[in-house]
Amino acid sequence: MTLKSLLLGATATTCLASAGWAERGADGHVNLIYWQAPSIMNPYLTGGTKEREAASLVLEPLGRYNVAGEMVPFLAEEIPTVENGGVSDDLKSITWKIKPDLTWSDGSPFSANDVKFTAEYCMHPDGGCAQLAKFEGVESVEVVDDLTVTVHFAEPQPNPYGPFMGGQAPIIQAAQFADCLGAKAPECTDANFSPIGTGPFKVDEFRPNDVISLSANPNYRDPAKPRFATMTFKGGGDATAAGRAVLETGEFDYAWNLQLAPDVIANMEAAGKGVALSAFGTLVERIEINLTDPSPDLPEGERATAKHPHPILSDMRVREALSKAIDRELLVEIGYGKAGRATCNLVPAPAAYASDNTDCLEQDVEGAKALLEEAGWTDSNGDGIRDKDGKKLSLLFQTSTNAVRQDFQALIKQWWGEIGVETELRNISASVFFGGDPGSPDTFQKFYADVEMYANNFDGTDPQSYLASRTCNKAPRPESQWQGENINRYCDPAYDELIKELGRTADLGKRGEIAKKLNDMLTKDSYVILGLVDRGRVSARSNTLGGVELNTWDTELWNAADWYRIKE
Amino acid sequence: MLTYTIRRLVLAIPTLLFISLVIFLLLELAPGDPMAEVPLTVPPEVKEKMRLALGLGEPTHIRFFKWMWQFFVIEPMVFIDWLFGTDLAGGEQRVLSWQFRSPVMDVVVQRMPQTLWVVAMSYVVGVLIALPIGIYSAYRQYSLFDQAGTFITMVGYSVPPFFSGVLVIVIFSVQLGWLPSIYDTTLVVVDWATFKQQLMQMVMPVMVLALQTTAQISRFMRASMLDNLNQDYVRTARAKGLSEMTVVMVHVLRNSMIPVITVIALGVPQIFGGAIITEQIFKVNGLGQLLITAIQANDLPMVHTVTFMLAVLIVLFNIVADVLYGVLDPRIRYD
Amino acid sequence: MTDAPEPITALTDPEPTAPPHSQWRDVWDQFKTHRGALIGTFIFFVIMAAVFVGPWLWGIDATFIDVRARNQGPSWAHPFGTDQLGRDTLARMMAGGQTSIAVGLTAMLLALGLGSLVGVLAGFFRRLDGPLMRLTDLFLSLPLLPLLLVMVLLFRETLNGAFGPEKGIFILIVVAIGVTSWMPTARIVRGDVLALKEREFILAARSIGTTNYNLITRHILPNVMSPIMVSATLGIANAIITESALSFLGLGFPPDFPTWGRLLNDATVYLQDYPERVFWPGLAISLTVLSINYLGDGLRDALDPRIRGR
Repeated sequence: MTLKSLLLGATATTCLASAGWAERGADGHVNLIYWQAPSIMNPYLTGGTKEREAASLVLEPLGRYNVAGEMVPFLAEEIPTVENGGVSDDLKSITWKIKPDLTWSDGSPFSANDVKFTAEYCMHPDGGCAQLAKFEGVESVEVVDDLTVTVHFAEPQPNPYGPFMGGQAPIIQAAQFADCLGAKAPECTDANFSPIGTGPFKVDEFRPNDVISLSANPNYRDPAKPRFATMTFKGGGDATAAGRAVLETGEFDYAWNLQLAPDVIANMEAAGKGVALSAFGTLVERIEINLTDPSPDLPEGERATAKHPHPILSDMRVREALSKAIDRELLVEIGYGKAGRATCNLVPAPAAYASDNTDCLEQDVEGAKALLEEAGWTDSNGDGIRDKDGKKLSLLFQTSTNAVRQDFQALIKQWWGEIGVETELRNISASVFFGGDPGSPDTFQKFYADVEMYANNFDGTDPQSYLASRTCNKAPRPESQWQGENINRYCDPAYDELIKELGRTADLGKRGEIAKKLNDMLTKDSYVILGLVDRGRVSARSNTLGGVELNTWDTELWNAADWYRIKE
Repeated sequence: MLTYTIRRLVLAIPTLLFISLVIFLLLELAPGDPMAEVPLTVPPEVKEKMRLALGLGEPTHIRFFKWMWQFFVIEPMVFIDWLFGTDLAGGEQRVLSWQFRSPVMDVVVQRMPQTLWVVAMSYVVGVLIALPIGIYSAYRQYSLFDQAGTFITMVGYSVPPFFSGVLVIVIFSVQLGWLPSIYDTTLVVVDWATFKQQLMQMVMPVMVLALQTTAQISRFMRASMLDNLNQDYVRTARAKGLSEMTVVMVHVLRNSMIPVITVIALGVPQIFGGAIITEQIFKVNGLGQLLITAIQANDLPMVHTVTFMLAVLIVLFNIVADVLYGVLDPRIRYD
Repeated sequence: MTDAPEPITALTDPEPTAPPHSQWRDVWDQFKTHRGALIGTFIFFVIMAAVFVGPWLWGIDATFIDVRARNQGPSWAHPFGTDQLGRDTLARMMAGGQTSIAVGLTAMLLALGLGSLVGVLAGFFRRLDGPLMRLTDLFLSLPLLPLLLVMVLLFRETLNGAFGPEKGIFILIVVAIGVTSWMPTARIVRGDVLALKEREFILAARSIGTTNYNLITRHILPNVMSPIMVSATLGIANAIITESALSFLGLGFPPDFPTWGRLLNDATVYLQDYPERVFWPGLAISLTVLSINYLGDGLRDALDPRIRGR
C-alpha cells in the first residue's frame, strides 16, 4: 500500500465520518437538566422562563435574537426594517415574509394563517395570555397571502418587533389550537402539553414539573438537523445538584442557570467533566430605596404611599451615602465571580442604551460619612448609630430568600454599620415576595421596608417599557391593588415627559441618548435605585456537547438544532 | 367492634368535609399569588388578566362549592368512565391545576409509581428494620448492640436529609461513581437489566428516608418493650415455663405494640405526602415535589386536592389504628 | 450491697441511723448508677456552658464580617475556621447554639405539653375522645407551609409590637413549631391511656375513691412516661431542624442571625470544598440530641419504681 492510497483512505474515512455526522439523529441521545421543572409547554399560558425555554425546542417565532442581541430570521425570510421596506415609513405596520415550504411536525404546511391565529389566540380578552405585552398596540394582523403577513399598529411603533419575535411569542398551529381560544385555553391539556411546532424537536411525552421526552422533528426544515435523535429534559432539584450532574458525574449534558457561589462552580469544574458558560444580559441586582414612609404606626392604606414621604430617605444625601458605602466589586467577587460585573446602572446593556455612569464603583466610606454629617445625622449619644432630632438612622432591609442575597445583606449591613447606619435584615420566601397578593404585607410591591434588593431585566433589546415603568402613575398603591412597577414610588414630571419623548422617537441614536438620560435620572442624579451587579447567566455543558451558544437575549435553547455530540 | 368501625366511618364524612373547608380557607388566607413565578418583565395589567382567567375573580364561597362539585361529583364520574368505558362525566370541567392547566388527578396518578417505589418502599424497609432493632435493644438493654443502635439511630435522626442525602450523593455518585444521582422517572421495568437500574437509582433515596423511619419507630418500640418486660405478667409467663421466644415475641410484643401501631399509622399517610426534601435532592419528583412546587406556585386547586386526599388517608388510618388497639388489647372498649 | 446484719441486732428494732430517704433522693441514687445518663447530663451541661458562657469569653462577634479572612481553615485566630464571608465559625456556633437550644427545648416542651394533655384527656374521658381526636385529625391534615405563612401574617406585627422584634419572633417560632408538632404525641399517649385505664390497678385506685385528677397524675402519667420521653428526644431534633426550614421561608430569625440548623443548611453547598463547615453544626445537633436521649433514659429508669426497687 502506497502512502497515497493511505492518505486517500484517511480522507475517505473523514468524509464518511462527517457525512455520518450531517445526518439527522446520528448523534443519539442528549440529556438536559433544568432545576426548575417546566409545568406546561405553551408559553402563552405561563410567563415562566423555564416553560419558555422548554417550549422553544418545539415552537419557533418568526425571528430570534442571537448571542449578540441582533435579530436573526427563523421562520421569516429576513428581518423587516424600514430600509428593506418591511416596516412602513409611518412605523404603523410591519410585514413579515415567511420562508417557503415550511411544514409543521405533523406534516401539514405552515402558512400565514397560523401567524394570524397566534395573535388572535394571545389577544383574546378571556384567555389570560401571559405574553399580551408583546402584542401591545397591535390593531390587526392581516394575511396578505400564504407567505406574507402584516401587523398593523394603532400608534407608530419605534420598536415594532414585539409580536412573533423571540422566545416569548412563537407561532402555534391554528389547526391544533382552534378550539382553545379564550376561556377554553386551559382545557386543551393535550395541545398545551405537546404542541405541534416547527422547531427541531417534538414532544413524545410531557410529565408536568418532572420530565419531557422529545425526539427529532421528522419534518424539520433542515434535513441534516437536529443531530440528536432523542432528548430528555429533566426538571427539578436544585442548582447545586444540576451543576453536579453535568460537571461532576457527567450524567447530564446541559444544566441551566447555575445560581451558585463562584468557588462552588469552580470546584465542580475542576472535576473535568464539563465547562461552565457565562454570558451577560440586562439583569441587574439592585437596591430600591423607598421614598414613602413604611412605618407600621401609619394607618393601613396610607402606609408606604405618596401621602407620607420617607422621614430619612427623602434626603438625597442619605441615599448617596448609602450608595457610597457599598463596595460593588467585592459583592461581585463573593456572589457571582465571572458571572457578574459591578454596575451603577439600571440599563447595563445593550451598548447603545447603556450609560457610562461609573462613579459609584469606588467605595468611599469617608465621603459617605461626610454626606451624612452634612445632612445633619450625627452620633450624639456615642452608641455608633447616627441620629437626628431624637430619631435613629435605622433601616429595615428586605429581600427574597436566596443564599447569595443573604450574603449581600450581611455585607451591606456591615458597611452601613461603618458609616453609622443601623440595619435590620429580613428575608421573605420568593413565592410571597414576588407574588402580588395585596393581602400580604411582605410583597416587594407593597414595600413595607426602607430598602429592598432584587433583580430585574427587560425582554429583548429595547428598554423603553422597562424605563417607562418608573413614571408617577405606575406606583403601587392601595387604589391599584398594590400593583405597579414603580417600586420605589419615584415621581418626577421631567422624567414622565422624557418617557413620552422616547415613545415618539424612532432614530436609534437619539433613542439611546434619551435612554441613558433616563437611566442617569434614576441612578446617579437621584440615587433612588442603587445598581449593584450586572448579573450574567451561568449554565454548564458537558465536554462532549458541541454547538452550544449561551444566549441571554432569547432562550438558551435557541439553537438546539445545531447542537451535536463531540466525538472523542 | 364492627358497629364501632361503621360508626367511625360514617362520622368521618362530616369531619372530612369540615377539614376540607378549613384547608380551603387557610389557603385563601395564606399570602401568595399564582403569578409569583411569572417574571417581573410581564406587566401588572397582564398579570391581572391572567388571574381572572384562572377564575380568581369569583367570590370565595363560589370557588369552594365549585371545587366540591368537581371533586366529589365529576372526578368519581371520570374514574367510573375510565373503569367501565362509560361517558358519565361528558367533558365537564374537572379540578384543573393552575400551573399545568391540566386535571389535577391525572398528574397525581402520574406521580404514583415513583412515590410508591421510593417513599413507600423506604417506609416498609424502615419499619422492617426498626422492629427487630427495637425488640432486641430492649431485650438486651444497655448491651453493646443496644448502645450502638441508640447511637446510630439518634445521630441518623438528628442529621437532616438535606445533609445526609447530599453526603451519600457525594460519596456514591461523585467520588465512587457507583450510583446515579438523578432518578429517572421515565424508566419502565421490563426485564432484569431495567430492574437492576431501578434498584440502583432507588438505593440512595430509600436508605436516606428509611434511616429517619427506622430511628423513630425503633425508639418507640424499644421504650414500649422496656415498659412491658418488667411487668408482673412476664414473670408469670416465665414461671409457667413458657419458652423465652413465646414470652417475648407473643406476650410482651403484643402488649407493646399500641404506641408503635400509632406511630406506624401516623406515618402511612405521610408516604403519600411524599418526602419533600429527599425527593428534591434525588430529583425523584414524586407527590412531595408536586405538593411543594404547587405551594410555591400558589397553585391552590392542586394544593387543596392533594392535601384533602392526604386528610382522607390520615382520618382513615387513625380509624385503622383505633380498631387495631381493640384487636391487640381486648380490654379496650369504645362503646 | 448491704452486709448481712448481725444475728442479734436482727431481732431488735434498730434505731434509724439516717433519716428516711425522700422519693427524690431515691430517684437521684438510681440516676447516679446509670452511666449513660451521667455522661449525657455532663455533655449536655458542657454544651449549655459553651453556648451560653462561651460568647463572654470569646471576643469575636458572630455577625462580624472580615472579608479578607474568608473560607479559612482552623487556626488559632479562628479555631473552627471562617465561612464564605469571613465570619468566625466558633462565634457563630456559640450564638447559633443559644437560639437552637432555646427554640428546641421550649418548642419541644410546648408540643409535649399540648400533646400529653390532649392525649390523656382523650384517652381518659370517653366523652372528650371524639372531639379531641377529630381536632388532632384536623391539625394533622393542615398543610404546614401555608399554615405557618398565615400565622406569620396574622401575628408577626402584633408580637413584634408587644415583645420587640427578637422576642416576638422567638415566641412566634416556638408556637409555630409547637402547634404543628403535638399531634403524634397526643395520638401515642391516648393509645397507651386507653389500654392503661382498663388495667386492674386503675380499677383498684378508683374503688378506693381516688379522684380523676389524682388518678391521672399519680397512676396514668407515670405509666406513659416512656413514650413521652422518646417523643421528647425526637422532638428536640425536629424542632432544631424545623427552625432552619422556617428561616428559609423568611418566617424565622433575621438572615444574619445564626442557628445550628441554618449553619448546617448553608454549609451543605460547601460539603465537598470545606467539609469541616458541615461537621460542626452536625456534631452539635447530634450531640445535643444524644445527650438528651441518654438523660431521658436515665430519668425514665430512675422514675420507674419497678426498676428503682431492684
